[in-house]
Amino acid sequence: MSYEFDFGSLLASWPQFLAGAWLTIQLSFPATLIGFVAGTLLAIARRSSVAWLVRASGIYVEVIRNTPLLVQVFLVFFGLSSMGWKVSAFSAALLSLVINVAAYSCEIMRAGMDSVHKGQLEAAECLGLTRRQVYWHVILRPAMEKVYPALTSQFVLLMLASSITSQISVEELTAAAARVQSETFRPFEAYIFVAVAYLGLSLLMRAGLWAFGQMIFTRRRRLGAQGAGR
Amino acid sequence: MISGGLNLHHLYFLLIGAGWTICLSLIAFIGGGIGGGIVALARISPLRWVRWLAIAYIQLIQGTPLLVVLFVCYFGISILGFSLPGIIAAGVAMVVYVSAYLGEIWRGCIESVARTQWEAAECLALSRTQRMRLVILPQAVRIATPSTVGFMVQIVKNTSLASIVGFVELVRAGQLINNSIFQPFVVYVLIAVVYFAMCYPLSAWSRKLERRMQFGARAVGEV
Repeated sequence: MSYEFDFGSLLASWPQFLAGAWLTIQLSFPATLIGFVAGTLLAIARRSSVAWLVRASGIYVEVIRNTPLLVQVFLVFFGLSSMGWKVSAFSAALLSLVINVAAYSCEIMRAGMDSVHKGQLEAAECLGLTRRQVYWHVILRPAMEKVYPALTSQFVLLMLASSITSQISVEELTAAAARVQSETFRPFEAYIFVAVAYLGLSLLMRAGLWAFGQMIFTRRRRLGAQGAGR
Repeated sequence: MISGGLNLHHLYFLLIGAGWTICLSLIAFIGGGIGGGIVALARISPLRWVRWLAIAYIQLIQGTPLLVVLFVCYFGISILGFSLPGIIAAGVAMVVYVSAYLGEIWRGCIESVARTQWEAAECLALSRTQRMRLVILPQAVRIATPSTVGFMVQIVKNTSLASIVGFVELVRAGQLINNSIFQPFVVYVLIAVVYFAMCYPLSAWSRKLERRMQFGARAVGEV
């Protein structure tokens, strides 16, 4: 029962933790970016008037949202390679994270787009804006502004969920802990340390995304932060 | 090699795994529900240090991946001197995880009960406990139902991580089958289908409840 914590023995492995954290960032940043763009396109498809597009994107979102990320990761990694496609663990991980976050971004963005007031669309039409202009200025940007907090927490969750990719031997932060613990026989300390590292990463990410939001959504700042719905 | 294709025994094995997934989900939901209730109440407690404690707990759990929480529980409990089967580590980790998320969801629901209800209860000279029990909670439960059902989907999906500490639930069962028949694509698609069959009804139910309640805000923050 008397357990002595020994974080000192982890000190020597700091390069491994650092490399792991860096890979976590390398994995989640592009996944977030690509996934968000793909999700927005999906949301547009889902709100379009083309029946098969609506159906296909609806099915995609439901399938992804109702199956575990772990299974998606395995399916992409082992499934693709069994079909003869050689993919590296990193690209399989990236691909499955993109697939996953696209579905969630789609759902969030759709909620934002649906909440744009009809009067706004009619006003845009009266001003003679083209379809594309309406989408960009009247629907997409205000929608994104409205759901930005939800997107932020979704992206942080994606970063945390990228820990799952350690299961297909991507050497990110969690995998680094696994390796270090097998070298130092200090699993408890290693995972506590990694938990703290993730906490730091997620706080950093929240702060970064918040600052980014302040930068691109200047209107809210002018309104004195009152306009933020949700 | 004697490996044949997928046969009925495999399907039966997978079904048992699915049973364990449901079992672990129930443990997580019930335990996490109790914990979440405590966290939600602590989060709005009049005592500042209790509030801060709850906030710290929520931030800590929501800021670390469930997988890491799971490993900390797995290795932590074994340090305490218990040799443990995977289900206990997985159960503890899931309860910790679910209680933080449900606590935060429910806190929002409790606070979204109309202000006037709180004031009216106070005017009727109800004590704090009475006010909670008789006025606020019954209304908060109604508000909380759609998002709670929605979160159940997360619970079911996240039990898949228990496979990593060797608990034979649906994914682990699938892995074992895959090890013997080497058809990863078929096996994982099959697992995905079973998960979908468990989660989709919950999602649909949550959506239906939501529409009935006319609370636009969709539960966000899931993976």
